[in-house]
Amino acid sequence: MSSVIPYTVEKRPDTGLNNVKIGIWLFLASEVMLFGALFGGYILLRVGSTEWPHGSDFGLSVPLAFVNTLVLISSSVTMVMAWASLMRKDTRKYKIYMFLTVLGGVGFMVIKSIEYSAKFSHHYYPETHNFLALYFTLTGLHALHVVAGMVVNAYLLWPGFKMWETNPQQFTNRVESAGLFWHFVDLVWIFLFPVLYLL
Amino acid sequence: MSHEDIDHHVRIYMRVFAALVVLTIVTVGVSYLHLAPGPALALGLTIALIKGSLVACYFMHLISEKKMLLWVMAISLVFFFFELLIPMVTEGNNLHMGA
Repeated sequence: MSSVIPYTVEKRPDTGLNNVKIGIWLFLASEVMLFGALFGGYILLRVGSTEWPHGSDFGLSVPLAFVNTLVLISSSVTMVMAWASLMRKDTRKYKIYMFLTVLGGVGFMVIKSIEYSAKFSHHYYPETHNFLALYFTLTGLHALHVVAGMVVNAYLLWPGFKMWETNPQQFTNRVESAGLFWHFVDLVWIFLFPVLYLL
Repeated sequence: MSHEDIDHHVRIYMRVFAALVVLTIVTVGVSYLHLAPGPALALGLTIALIKGSLVACYFMHLISEKKMLLWVMAISLVFFFFELLIPMVTEGNNLHMGA
């Protein structure tokens, strides 16, 4: 039995897509459902309560989250620019943009850890209030996704880059798939920011 | 994809980036209007929906993808809205819209 996965580069005749792209989009569809369940939990708890606190009641900092939003949006742009650089076969620019993308992830996590430490120093924990339970669950799960994306992007920047020498098309597809995941992480934050900090 | 096509894509990415920054500033600005919870939620989520659509359509290239992928995401979005609606339906007698 062959261990080679078919259609990783060439397109399947029936779908017109390679399996990598179908796989990552199916995975993202499952991620939509995962976060959808948590957003459903947020709605359930919010509409079911007679009083619902504002994020500022627990010291959630809008300026800090605003900066984090800009960081994540910027890293999404650098990610897509990394892919565009590979399409132009400009590996020097690819490495610069990919490095900036990883750096954006690090920046996001540093700001998030500052925010978490501020909550813990005020003894705000998930058990303190339903709002905080949702805040820690949603942002914690999102942060795990950021870390996962950073690991994949760092791999594609350093050890995984050697595939460019042997199979540049497959490597470009890998970067595109990693980018789709990274943009999804950005997309989730776009909804988390207003829901938790502003509304 | 030719170099001209890539250049065209890059110009679009930059415009989308500018739009996302502006919409993020608008989102924060709207929060300072201190609207009632209902309109504030509606406005905040509408802006988020526009931003999310920009990311999905242009950064994730969904606007130019094969129909099959559009169907995959459309079906998952239908179930996503079910997930959001289920609490409203099951708890319909106990809604307070906590503010």
